[in-house]
Amino acid sequence: MAETHRIEVTVNGLPRMLEVPPHHTLLDVLRDDLRLTGAKECCLVGECGACTVIVDGRTVDSCLVLAVEADGCEITTVEGLAQDGSLDPLQRAFLDEGAAQCGFCIPGQLMAAHALLAGNPHPTVAEIQEGLAGNLCRCGSYLQITDAVLATAAEGTRR
Amino acid sequence: MSATIIGTSPNRVGGIGRVTGSQQYVADLRLADVLEARLVTLDCARARIISIDASAALALPGVRLVMTAADLPQPVPRFGPQLEDRPVIAVGETKYHGDPVAIVAAETKDAADAAAALVRVEYEELPAVFTLAAALDPAAPLVQDPALRPGDRLASTNVLREHPIGWGDVDAAVADVVVEHTYTFPMVTHFAIEPHAYIAAPDGDGIAVWSTIQHPNWLQKVIAKVLGMPLAKVRVFAPDPGGGFGGKQHAKYEPLVALAAIRAGRPVRLVLSLEETFQAVRRASCEVRVRTGVNRDGALVFEDIAADYLIGAYADIADRVVGKGSYPAAGPYTVPNVRILARSVLSHTVPSTAFRGFGNPQVNWAVESNLDEAALAIGMDRLEIRLRNIAHRGDAFIPFDTPADGEWSQTVTRAAELIGWGSPLPPGRGRGIALGIKSGPTTGLSYSTVRLLGDGSVIVFAGTSDMGQGARTVFAQIAAQELGAPLDWVTVVMGDTAIVPYDQQTSASRSTVLMGNSVLMACRSIQAQLRTMAARLHAVDEALVGVDRGVVHLPDRDLSVIDVLKPGLGRLGGELTGNGEVRKDADPSHPLSGAPAFFEFNCTAIEAEVDRETGDVTIVRHVTVSDVGRALNPLQVRTQDEGAAIQGLGHTLMEHYIFDEVGRIRNLGAIDYRIPTSMDLPLDLVSETIENADGPGPYGSKGMSEGALLCVAAAVGAAVREAIRVPIRDLPLTPERVWRALQERETA
Ligand code: FES
Ligand code: FES
Repeated sequence: MAETHRIEVTVNGLPRMLEVPPHHTLLDVLRDDLRLTGAKECCLVGECGACTVIVDGRTVDSCLVLAVEADGCEITTVEGLAQDGSLDPLQRAFLDEGAAQCGFCIPGQLMAAHALLAGNPHPTVAEIQEGLAGNLCRCGSYLQITDAVLATAAEGTRR
Repeated sequence: MSATIIGTSPNRVGGIGRVTGSQQYVADLRLADVLEARLVTLDCARARIISIDASAALALPGVRLVMTAADLPQPVPRFGPQLEDRPVIAVGETKYHGDPVAIVAAETKDAADAAAALVRVEYEELPAVFTLAAALDPAAPLVQDPALRPGDRLASTNVLREHPIGWGDVDAAVADVVVEHTYTFPMVTHFAIEPHAYIAAPDGDGIAVWSTIQHPNWLQKVIAKVLGMPLAKVRVFAPDPGGGFGGKQHAKYEPLVALAAIRAGRPVRLVLSLEETFQAVRRASCEVRVRTGVNRDGALVFEDIAADYLIGAYADIADRVVGKGSYPAAGPYTVPNVRILARSVLSHTVPSTAFRGFGNPQVNWAVESNLDEAALAIGMDRLEIRLRNIAHRGDAFIPFDTPADGEWSQTVTRAAELIGWGSPLPPGRGRGIALGIKSGPTTGLSYSTVRLLGDGSVIVFAGTSDMGQGARTVFAQIAAQELGAPLDWVTVVMGDTAIVPYDQQTSASRSTVLMGNSVLMACRSIQAQLRTMAARLHAVDEALVGVDRGVVHLPDRDLSVIDVLKPGLGRLGGELTGNGEVRKDADPSHPLSGAPAFFEFNCTAIEAEVDRETGDVTIVRHVTVSDVGRALNPLQVRTQDEGAAIQGLGHTLMEHYIFDEVGRIRNLGAIDYRIPTSMDLPLDLVSETIENADGPGPYGSKGMSEGALLCVAAAVGAAVREAIRVPIRDLPLTPERVWRALQERETA
């Protein structure tokens, strides 16, 4: 277990250099080494989306990615969404629409929604539901999450 | 006069943490010097433990502890909310797949994983029971040691308890038509997205425990008893759970982790995997036989209901679930003759526990479905038969209990309207309507403290757990309303037994009513102090001073709270403090030890389409209407109702445990056990409330977080039945099951 690899990643804009064992996932490293606990642990098999982060512009289940595979990548977690202490429009919309009940799935939902809007600034309801199908919400906030994404897209148009 | 905040939907209190990732759930907490723990389990359900050899595990670098029953005080402490039948770790025998035989603790997760795999357990598999039929076989092995139930005539069987209830005389009753069928409800799991997590740390001469628990004060008592400590030396921290749904009500592995922490002399942390949560909590499966007697004019003559619930290897709260859940099984109808016999049947499976609806969805599925069969038999419309028999406000529909506390026909009529009941349907579609009723809390004790600080801001101390239902927001709204503070000047402190006063529990949709009233009482006590202050300051008779919504009314003018508070407190400043106490004592003469504080009433109406080729069910429209008394926060009410509705679609359409022959859950985990995603939603989901301000809670509210789940299965089942013209009496209505029913109809 002694063997580790050095990786360099940029996390929420900050360059980080880390020594990681080869079997540790990106989720392990974010949570345990970088103390960024926004990405959550649930299924650990890529089915629930609670651990979703953005790696080089694409959403990944960070429980399925080995940390060494992320070497050289740019990573955004939920902690990187708010800028200078003010919420980004998607976070605001989640709040306003009441999308977060217990909140445990929400970081993953936000990251998935973020990537969705980046690729498709004006998604339909069906596109949102399909795009977020990998993010489970047992509180069942799905309609509010969809509304929040729609509201953010609409606001983007206005600005 | 400040505007009312009751009945509005401000942003969730605690919402910022939830959207920024800064909200700290138990697994996010980091204690210095913490050891990581893992459970050691066997690859079968029931086994005799012959020996456990920890030497290889202990030889690994970084491994600090391997603890088994042999390392614990003897006899090994047992606990449980109903019966103290559950040992903190398996003693001599495992009783279900996942029952831990050892716990390891190490410096790192990697070391803990490796150590858990190296604990050598020699065991002999024993005969076991996983189904009702097997458990009820007179030759079945006993799940529970009869010595745990001395003097109980059922102790030599796997029936833990029987719950008979009824009125009238079913045997003597004569009905024009009798319809009898048997229905089954599957074993399902809570699948909170946050797996259960626990940390325990020695704390001076006491202990601190962090848990994803819904009932911190109950946990405090369990830990104190297991460790032999006074309550004051046990501090339970309960950060907001990431979803509970009942699965986090009662202690599971906290006593074990606490004992490990004491033995190690260091903090110990155990975060369950999702698979382990499947092996920790589930809903009881159920088989219900219903005989419904009805006259040709639609009048219900009798309901004769026998419900066998398959509970797990330890009682947990499961038997209470059975008794309380089955109690209103005859539904919100005036039925002159009712006989209900519910039984909790032990088995070598995961201990079942509370789960949204608390034993009621199982019987609701059966009884409401059978009512449809009765309507069909006499040629009456399914809505009409319900409205024909429904209890009206004040009717003692359960003769010895709280009378109907709402005009429920309003709810039903509204749901029928919203689904377009009676309008023509395209081919391949069907509609269903079902009514759900659940007894609210039968006992309760909620203390609270409210502090009005010198600047007019407010701190509320309330021991409720906010697991997503939004209790924090509702209490803040009450305090803001009563004391005139802006909402963002109110802080709600929960989840720390050392500083928050006692609350019995967060369950049965009680908190808005019981803790809400307690907070209201604390605020009213502060208002009384403000009245005295204003009278003194302005030299008027106290009787002439009024306080309402943060405004102090003097005979000649109105003042804000702060205008009275600041001069009233004087140069030293300080604060005003109010306490609330809401107590609902047990009533030993009542079959449930107490009449419910309110009923949750819901009507769900469904339009569904069935794909004849695949058996796939599409919910075209899902209408859920709940009688909530008054929605203090309409958005939170809506999201609770919709969340409950969607959760109900889970057990209705897709969720169920599948066991293999040795009692292992075959679909353990998220790959093989599916819950509703954003792709499984009704095409149209409509939720509405009926509000007559007739509840016992603040401002006329009632509890409401479970109602919209109760009758989902029956409403969907009825819609599918109409679409395919053949009944299916087993859940879930998977495509395969529906397709088979279609094939059988074709060949018949
Ligand atoms: S924890 Fe990564 S997908 Fe579930
Ligand atoms: S908000 Fe609770 S799981 Fe999504």
